[in-house]
Amino acid sequence: MFNIVGRRNLYFLLSGVLLLGAILSLAIFGLNLGIDFTSGSLLRVDLGVPTVTANISDALAASGFDNAVVQSAGENTVLIRTDPVDIPGRILIEDAIRTRYPAAHTLSFNTVGPVIGAELTRNALLAIVVASAAILVYLTWSFRNVEWSVRYGIAAVATLVHDSLILIGVFALLGKVAGIEIDSMFVTAVLTGVGFSVHDTIVVFDRIRENRRRHRDTNFDEVVNYSLNQTLDRSLNTSLTAVFVLTALLILGGETIREFTLALLIGVVVGTYSSIFIASCLLVEWANRRMPWESRAA
Amino acid sequence: MLRRRLFTILGFVIALAAFAIYVDAPGTPGFPITLGGRDFSDLELKRGLDLQGGLHVVLQADLAEGEELTDGAMQAVRGIIENRINALGVAEPVIQLEGNDRIIVELPGVSDPDEAIRLFKETGRLEFLGSGPFPLEEDSVVTPGDPGVELVLTGADLAGARVGFDPIGNAEIQFQIKDEAGARFAEHTGNNIGNYLSIALDGRIIQTAVIRAEISTSGSISGSLTAIEARNVAIQLRYGALPVPLRVVQNLTVGPTLGQQSLERSITAGIVGAILVIVFMVAYYRLPGVVAAISLLLYSALVLAIFKLIPVTLTLSGIAGFILSVGMAVDANILIFERAKEELRAGLTLTAAIQIGFTRAWNSIRDSNVSTLITCFVLWQFGTGIVKGFALTLAVGVLVSMFSAITVSRTLLLLFVRWPGLRRPFFFAVGRVPGLKA
Repeated sequence: MFNIVGRRNLYFLLSGVLLLGAILSLAIFGLNLGIDFTSGSLLRVDLGVPTVTANISDALAASGFDNAVVQSAGENTVLIRTDPVDIPGRILIEDAIRTRYPAAHTLSFNTVGPVIGAELTRNALLAIVVASAAILVYLTWSFRNVEWSVRYGIAAVATLVHDSLILIGVFALLGKVAGIEIDSMFVTAVLTGVGFSVHDTIVVFDRIRENRRRHRDTNFDEVVNYSLNQTLDRSLNTSLTAVFVLTALLILGGETIREFTLALLIGVVVGTYSSIFIASCLLVEWANRRMPWESRAA
Repeated sequence: MLRRRLFTILGFVIALAAFAIYVDAPGTPGFPITLGGRDFSDLELKRGLDLQGGLHVVLQADLAEGEELTDGAMQAVRGIIENRINALGVAEPVIQLEGNDRIIVELPGVSDPDEAIRLFKETGRLEFLGSGPFPLEEDSVVTPGDPGVELVLTGADLAGARVGFDPIGNAEIQFQIKDEAGARFAEHTGNNIGNYLSIALDGRIIQTAVIRAEISTSGSISGSLTAIEARNVAIQLRYGALPVPLRVVQNLTVGPTLGQQSLERSITAGIVGAILVIVFMVAYYRLPGVVAAISLLLYSALVLAIFKLIPVTLTLSGIAGFILSVGMAVDANILIFERAKEELRAGLTLTAAIQIGFTRAWNSIRDSNVSTLITCFVLWQFGTGIVKGFALTLAVGVLVSMFSAITVSRTLLLLFVRWPGLRRPFFFAVGRVPGLKA
């Protein structure tokens, strides 16, 4: 049996470092927000031949699109980002590219106006808050017959915040070094990662609930550690299957959902780690400590 | 569990599987089944525009400062846009109002998205303007209130409008004038012979001509319209002008090649992912792993059939949601098997271990799946189209997985252990237990 609970300070330290890294990366690099949030236009163009992005930038600058950002996306394909343009604007861009690459054709065109961008940002934040609150309420209700039922909900939500912060931090870093942008699908990935992490956490909590009932005289630390070991195989195997399908999707799936899949994959890995090493250890730590507001009541 | 009950459930599962495969199979496999007027044999899986190419546009009422939308204006906009798009002949368009001043238009597989947007976005306000002896320049912007400009007729005064060609082959819009307006038009043209008459579309002059004779019943507009422009104007005239001008706030256009490529790649990824999961499950859990693999296949067939029946429009993000739900479907099995293994090691009989494994794992499965469903619900509430697709497929997947893991896996496993040849520790990957009792 692994002594997970006994080494919890080590895991808290590790998570502390990860969280610090995530917050620093967020503070230093910021999020590389895509047009879904900032508004703008995104063109995916197949040039027909391989090229360097600088050539496209030159061609666009010559037609007045000075602040267009060009990024390579696959062999012959480039992504072009500009301020929001409508159809005539898009045709100007296409014409500018065709002067140098006659075979170029547009694969997709996406434009988001400023109103929509602001709304998406608000909805994304709201979605994360509402989902967390709903999960907290459900868990507290589901564990209502257990001593300190609200703690299970709070520990699960704290773990969820931990996971989301790390995932967002990783993408702040990736935005800087790899130019990966945050779009509305990223918000979906964060929420799904959150769902997966909570899913995992609940399985462990559920076992703790059951073992508490069976072994009333065993101390809480041991019950938690025992429960963690009992569910360890299952946690790892479930994550492995999710990692299998997501890795297949990452490698073989289309380029258009690669970043989304990567976010899901990181979310699953972080979620598995935290559900084993953080969520339950938070419960133990809380049980062993008297909170300032509990000084008398307990 | 009673033997008869087990076989009843098995029969039900097999019937369900047969129905799912029947619905999933492309074309009519041998014989058609119809129910409530729907033919179940030849349902198509609806593909979103990111998988087959097409157009997604969000339009917003473009009101001047202080102006307010009148009641029913957006409904009217919706009706007019619907008519215009139907005239275009696009298969399965989606036109829906969002909030109180927005309308979403989705046209999957449309061949010329730019022209389509122009057709339904333009207000389609046609005006016949008299300008006395001074010609209005073509392409200039004029409003009826300008000095020297008189509004003679509007698009609403016209009865029929269709595209025709003049003797030298240029496209023109041929129209009839409604009776009550005909008299007015005849009076104006009769009094203004030799003067200029202009036709403006959404405030822009498309044609200016000299009035040669009195006109009362019909006429034609030629200007310098291309055949497609003429068709658009004719459609707009037929269904009337939009009561409020619109502007595009979001536009997504996906070419057909990108969509097809994405679809093929995702399907390959899904198949490879499923094979990896099956190999892992069989290698690790042996006989229960085989059971999990069977219920995973049934699960996929069922989800696909449900997608076709509801129907769910499958998008790229929806496929990702489905593939993720495969992982979660397997999780329910893993939970149960791990639990059953523990009970076996504790010395229980196979049947009892399986039963208890299912009962004890149920709490975890329920709680964890409810939390995923909560996330799906939130995504559905706050998300846009793409996010909604993901949430819906994930939710369907989670619900079906509870059925396939609980009912299907348990029934199959209980049936398998009735056969003494399979009651060996090897088949259950529990090395330390000396012998297994049924």
